[in-house]
Amino acid sequence: MFRIGSGAGFSGDRVDAPQSVVAAIAAAGEGGAVVFETLGERTLALGQIARRHDSTRGYEPLLDDLIEPILAQCVASGITVVGNFGQANPPAAAAAIQAIADRLGLGPLRIAIVTGDDLLGRVDLNATQRWDGDGRLPELDGDIIAINAYLGARPIADAIKAGAQVVVTGRVADPALVLGPLVAHFGWDWADLDRIAAGTLAGHLLECGSQVTGGFFADPGYKDVPDIANIGFPIAEVEADGSFVLTKAAGTGGLVDLRTVKEQLLYEIHDPAAYLTPDVTLDITQVSLEQAGPDRVRVRGAKGHAAPPALKATVSYYGDWLGEAEISYAGANALARARLAITTIHDRIIRRGLPVRHRADVIGTVSAFDSDHGDLLADLTDSHAGDYRVRFAFGAGSQRDVERAVQEVNALYCCGPAGGGGVRQSVRPRVRTLSHLVPRHLVEADFHFAGTQS
Amino acid sequence: MTAAPRRTKLHAIAHGRSGDKGNRLNVNVIAYDSRHWPVLVEQVTAERVAALFAHRGVTEVRRYELPGLAALNFVIEDALEGGVNSSLGVDTHGKCLSYLVLGLDVQVPVDMGDGALPPLALQNAR
Repeated sequence: MFRIGSGAGFSGDRVDAPQSVVAAIAAAGEGGAVVFETLGERTLALGQIARRHDSTRGYEPLLDDLIEPILAQCVASGITVVGNFGQANPPAAAAAIQAIADRLGLGPLRIAIVTGDDLLGRVDLNATQRWDGDGRLPELDGDIIAINAYLGARPIADAIKAGAQVVVTGRVADPALVLGPLVAHFGWDWADLDRIAAGTLAGHLLECGSQVTGGFFADPGYKDVPDIANIGFPIAEVEADGSFVLTKAAGTGGLVDLRTVKEQLLYEIHDPAAYLTPDVTLDITQVSLEQAGPDRVRVRGAKGHAAPPALKATVSYYGDWLGEAEISYAGANALARARLAITTIHDRIIRRGLPVRHRADVIGTVSAFDSDHGDLLADLTDSHAGDYRVRFAFGAGSQRDVERAVQEVNALYCCGPAGGGGVRQSVRPRVRTLSHLVPRHLVEADFHFAGTQS
Repeated sequence: MTAAPRRTKLHAIAHGRSGDKGNRLNVNVIAYDSRHWPVLVEQVTAERVAALFAHRGVTEVRRYELPGLAALNFVIEDALEGGVNSSLGVDTHGKCLSYLVLGLDVQVPVDMGDGALPPLALQNAR
C-alpha cells in the first residue's frame, strides 16, 4: 500500500494544511508522497509576467509557507514532495526549496525539474486546433504571454525512479501529480490502462485538496461539516491493483463520505465515460464507492482507454482592462435608487461615448445568477426596501477608457441618487486564456536534477 | 387513493457542485436518497436546465446519467459570459451556479423515502 496526500488544491489554499497530512503519512512509517496543485489557468499567466519582470520569480508565491514546515519530516520519512508550484519558473522554485533545505540544515536534496511544457516560440498556433470547450470565446487578439502544454505523469515517475526527493513541475495535468508517484512506486506499465486510469482517478479526487474532505461542501442543515476551520486534507491509501481508500488525518475537521466523494468525482468532468488526460482516457461510469469506516471511502472500478492524440495547451495573452466600482444604497426605496444609479451610469457611458463593455449587479438581489444584460434584475418584483450594493464592471482595451468609466461611479456621490455611499474602485489589467490542442510530437517532456544541465 | 406529490425545491432532495473549464460549465446533481433518482431522471431535464441559463446565452446542454451514483452531470456550453479571465460578472468561475440548478421545483411522491434526507429538508417539507 502507498499513501499519497494532498498539500494544496489551488494557489492560495490554506498554507498549514500539509502539516497534518505529512504527519499522518510519516506516522504510518512506510514513506509516501505529498502533492501540491497550485496552478490554475490564470496563475500560470501571472507567473509568466512575474518572471519577465524578475528572473528569480514566477513560481508559487506561498511556496515557503507551504514547504518550510514539512520539508524536514518529508526528507526524514521518505515522503516525496511533488508540486506544480514551479508555475512559470520551475528552476527558481527548485532553488527556493534548496534554500529552505539549507536553512533547515538538511543539506543538498535531489530536486528534479520537469521540462517541456513551455511551448512559446516552439509551436505555430495556426497549425493547431482550438479546444471546443471555449465555445464562442473570441479568437486570440492580443500579444501572447505564454503557451503551456499539459504534460502527463511520465517525467514525474521517471524523476522519482531516478531518486528525486522533490519534483518541481510547471504545467502538468493535475492528476499526473498523483499518478507519477504511483507509477514510480508500483512499477505500473503505461500500457496497463486500467491501472493508469485508477491512478488518474486518485489524482482527480486528490487534486482539489479539501474539496473531497468537506471543503466547498457545507450547507447548514443540509450538509453539515464538523470543524470547518481545521479541515484535514485528503490522503489516499492506494493498493497495487489501483483501488484505494480516501481518508484524512485523525483529529482534523471535515469529513469523507459518499456525498463528499461523489461531488468531487464529478467536479469539472464533462463526459463521464471519457475524461481526457495526457496519460489515459478515464471512464468513471463504473466506479463504485463504499463507506469502509468513519472518514474512509473505498474507490474502485476506474476504466482506462487510449490517451487522446493531442495535448491541451493553455495560450495566455494580454487581455483587456477590468474596472470595478461599487456603491451602496440602503433603507426605504433603496432598490429603486440602486436601479436609478445603474441607468444613470449607462446614460453617462453613452453621453461620453466611452467604448467600454459594462455591466451592473445589485448585490443582495440576483447578482451571481444574472447576465451582462441584467435580465433577472429587470424581472425582480421583490420588496424595494433593503440594503444593496451596486457593483459596476467595465471592460475595454484602453486603460484610460476604463478609468473614465470608473470615475463616473465615483461621481455618483454628488450627482447620483440620494443616499449613495461607500464607493470603492479598482482598475487592473487582465490576462486572457484560450486552449488549443497540440500534436504530441511537438512536445518533449523530460526532467533533470537541479544543479545539472537540462 | 394515492396522495398528491409534494412540490419542493430540488435542493431538498439533491446536492451538487459546479465547475468551469474555459466558457463551459458543468453542474453535477446528486440524490441524497437513491429512491429519488427517478425524480431526477424524469424531471431535471436538459431542457429545463437550458431554460434556467437561457438569459446567459447558453448554446447547448448535455446531460449524462450516472445511475450507480444516483447522479446527473450537466455540461452547459457558453454559460460563463467569457469565463474566469474575461467575464464582467461577480462570479467569473460560475461557482455559485450549482445553486441555480438546485432551485428548480420538483414533484416528489409522498411515499418516496424521507429516510436519507437532510434534517432541514424534512422540516421544510412538512
